[in-house]
Amino acid sequence: MSTILTTENLSLYYGKKQALKGVNMSFDEKGITALIGPSGCGKSTFLRCLNRMNDLIPNVTITGEVNFNQHNIYAPTMDTVKLRKEIGMVFQQPNPFPFSIYENVVYGLRLAGVRDKETLDAAVEKSLKQAAIWDEVKDRLHVNALSLSGGQQQRVCIARVLAVEPDIILLDEATSALDPISSHTIEMTLLNLRHDYTIITVTHNMQQASRISDRTAFFLNGELIEVNDTKQIFMNPVKQETNDYISGRFG
Amino acid sequence: MDKIRASLLKKSIASKIERRGKIISLTCLALIILVVFLIFYFVASRGLATFFQNHINFWQFLSGTQWNPGTNGTNGQPAVGALPMIVGSFLITIFSALVATPFAIGTAVFMTEISPRRGAQILRPVTELLVGIPSVVYGFIGLQVVVPFVRNTFGGSGYGILSGTFVLFVMILPTVTSMSADALNAVPRYYREASLALGATRWQTIYKVVLRAAIPGMLTAIVFGMARAFGEALAVQMVIGNATLLPHSLVSPASTLTSILTMGIGNTVMGSLQNNALWSLAMILLLMSLVFNMVIRYIGRKGKLNNER
Repeated sequence: MSTILTTENLSLYYGKKQALKGVNMSFDEKGITALIGPSGCGKSTFLRCLNRMNDLIPNVTITGEVNFNQHNIYAPTMDTVKLRKEIGMVFQQPNPFPFSIYENVVYGLRLAGVRDKETLDAAVEKSLKQAAIWDEVKDRLHVNALSLSGGQQQRVCIARVLAVEPDIILLDEATSALDPISSHTIEMTLLNLRHDYTIITVTHNMQQASRISDRTAFFLNGELIEVNDTKQIFMNPVKQETNDYISGRFG
Repeated sequence: MDKIRASLLKKSIASKIERRGKIISLTCLALIILVVFLIFYFVASRGLATFFQNHINFWQFLSGTQWNPGTNGTNGQPAVGALPMIVGSFLITIFSALVATPFAIGTAVFMTEISPRRGAQILRPVTELLVGIPSVVYGFIGLQVVVPFVRNTFGGSGYGILSGTFVLFVMILPTVTSMSADALNAVPRYYREASLALGATRWQTIYKVVLRAAIPGMLTAIVFGMARAFGEALAVQMVIGNATLLPHSLVSPASTLTSILTMGIGNTVMGSLQNNALWSLAMILLLMSLVFNMVIRYIGRKGKLNNER
């Protein structure tokens, strides 16, 4: 399997406070990687570095490299707009736009200049099916997406990302604001997607990490402590901190 | 034992204070409601007298084009046709809103999206300052600067709808701008993040998501500005020419409800037809501001429904 994304000595500072301390990590193509760790350990910060969403926060300094298909995305010539089309993101709070479901899903395509009605229709159907919500909304594609339940909204958000066919999907605690049943549906959705997409998910929920991910990375205090196959991490962690965390001794 | 019982059954000091606070605030509220009610009652009673005491036909009042309450018009009835003023008021309101809206939205976008820091430090104080300038100053500048400018550029005497539009444009601009900026600020941050994360540029995010989500708020801002423009009296009166004629061009002297009111209110005798007719104009103004108010509330409620999560 080939490597799609690597970080080299990635550090991040909020003002003077260092939130990430020289993280070196690589992600293989396809499959699900889970980032776990206690609150404030830097896992969300790390995730948001991968498609440069941290650029939006003032007073952030980032050093090191993130290489996506051998290109450093922090190089001055990098086009963040293009980058974010290839590395999509789903957020913690379901955040559909206050438009119809249809308009939400085609948003990225419209940005790319797609006008053809049939292409758009096909993309909507395909993405909603991939996100496992087609059956629930196919008869009301033109109602406001905000009228859906939280779990449905989150799946519409996933469909919205899938519609632009990114290479990588980042999920920032995408199920933590949802009820267990909706979370389960989303987990199933992700499991179906993992053969076609590289998925990197931040989660507070260790059971979820063990259920769905192929690889797991454990963060603590801005450092990457350990990364390995999920089974290895949960059954036989190398580092003492990892063992303490997954066995519930802290965090 | 009975002591405890007695103290439990007695009202505590805290609950007495609570009650007192409630009574005070309720009294204030009742007073305000009473004042509003009395104003409506008074204006309506005087304004309706034109139709019930002086037996002017209501539709003739609305559609007549001659305004000279002291004399009789061509039909033998007193000449109280308010159409020129109604038309003047509406034209000036609509035009100033049309001119002000693009500027206001542009400024608001700059203040909130493009340069929030400078927006908060410089633009906001400046717009707030503009709100605070007395309207007579606006009127004076209009009279000395805008009227000659219009005369030299567009012809005519310079007095008229166009000059009024320019003056009102400057007067309502800060209101519409700061309310639009509030509407844009109220658009949740996660909409912007979601849009950017899908590969939208900042500009695409602004006009496809932020502006769209802020539409109800910005409509409210515009209607608010229109309400101000409709009710503004002094500055308009100084530049509009105050001729009670139907305006046949934008640079011919015209009049508005407010300008005729301020011109005439001191020169009539209470209870006379001339006086009652002015009250009728005031009643129309009051009704219109009520309508503006209801429109604002309606938009606000609809916007809330749309953005509910």
